[in-house]
Amino acid sequence: MEATVTTANNEEKTWGGGDIQPLGASYGKMMMWFFIVSDALTFSGFLAAYGFSRFKFIETWPLADEVFTHFPFMHGVSAPMYYVALMTFILIFSSVTMVLAVDAGHQLKKTKVAIYMFLTIIGGIIFVGSQAWEWKNFIKGEYGAVETKGGSLLQFVDKEGKRVALEEFAVKLPEQRVALTRAEGKWFMEDAESTPTYSVAEIQAGFKAHPDLLIRTEHLTAKKKKTVLSRAESESRLNDAKYVVEGANLTRNEYGSKLFADFFFFITGFHGFHVFSGIIINIIIFFNVLLGTYEKRRSYEMVEKVGLYWHFVDLVWVFVFTVFYLV
Amino acid sequence: MSHEHVSNTKRIWFVFALLSAVTTVEVILGIIKPESLEFNHFLGLNLLNWIFYILTIFKAYYIVWAFMHMEGEKSSLRWSVVSPVIFLVLYLLFILLTEGHYIYGVFKDSTIKWNF
Repeated sequence: MEATVTTANNEEKTWGGGDIQPLGASYGKMMMWFFIVSDALTFSGFLAAYGFSRFKFIETWPLADEVFTHFPFMHGVSAPMYYVALMTFILIFSSVTMVLAVDAGHQLKKTKVAIYMFLTIIGGIIFVGSQAWEWKNFIKGEYGAVETKGGSLLQFVDKEGKRVALEEFAVKLPEQRVALTRAEGKWFMEDAESTPTYSVAEIQAGFKAHPDLLIRTEHLTAKKKKTVLSRAESESRLNDAKYVVEGANLTRNEYGSKLFADFFFFITGFHGFHVFSGIIINIIIFFNVLLGTYEKRRSYEMVEKVGLYWHFVDLVWVFVFTVFYLV
Repeated sequence: MSHEHVSNTKRIWFVFALLSAVTTVEVILGIIKPESLEFNHFLGLNLLNWIFYILTIFKAYYIVWAFMHMEGEKSSLRWSVVSPVIFLVLYLLFILLTEGHYIYGVFKDSTIKWNF
């Protein structure tokens, strides 16, 4: 008889899914797992789209080592990977403090849970802050480039192949476009913000005036370096220049393939949004811990559930780190 | 529930050390990029990227199994969470590789120049 009686009408726990636990986990925890499954598939879809587009333009894709070279307080020093490695360590460590909080929760140690939750939140905030800084550098750009009529991106190098920034050689020509201010007219305003520092003519004139400059195209050589053109080729390519590109936006970026910046913004942004929401949820749970909500329940399972989400965010970062920065 | 509520602190720190070590190796390889690995291919992918992907899966396994405590769950929950993800990701990978390869060929061999 016992086996056939349904326990779903157990009124006390109906909201929590009743007492039936087919997978041995509470309703909330099981649903967190299935939410994570669907979110994981969303990220897989994004990463697959990224991989597909990268595969399509495999011979012209930007080199991550040349794009992410900044480290705080080290101006002008090329430090590929270091900062993002640091960010990875911060996120892994915040995962560790999270799992320590869950562990302390199992033993009903309120103070310990609170401390570890707090550290997790701090780690998360540092991570999101780092990501914002990374975005800032990415958007601002470093050297600038020129886009041709056909959509190719041309960058500038000296004889040794070292990158040269636009401001190092561009000349200031008279009678250039002036960005209108709000007081002067409305029709030019939107355009004004995106007007680059130099016009194409200024870049071309500056290039002519510096005979030691060369142009580097997006194409990768067999040694996975960007192709540097000869001086004659460089001059003829530069005649096709149409836009001056500084930094990155969703339309074009100075690093190369347009899709590169689009996917960078989209995927790291989506991940960053997950970290952000994770921090918010962690803060809510942290205050609940402080208020003694889970102490009264004699169960810190909520900490475990947000922990699952937080670890998932870390898990996604492991993949983002690999496909954007390493491969 | 089957949780015996013992402290797992030792294992947590062990996994942390492991993940940190793996990340360090990845970063070092990513900075040096040894030529012997970067320019030798296996199944169309260079050895360096093979290493990166394998280490990534390795890290993912430890995050899910130790940090998310999948190892302590019932095998029914384990399978119902892990198998759909693995199956669908393999399917996506298959589509990505075949179609990406095709489109790459179209761009490369077509008579129309798309980027010049």
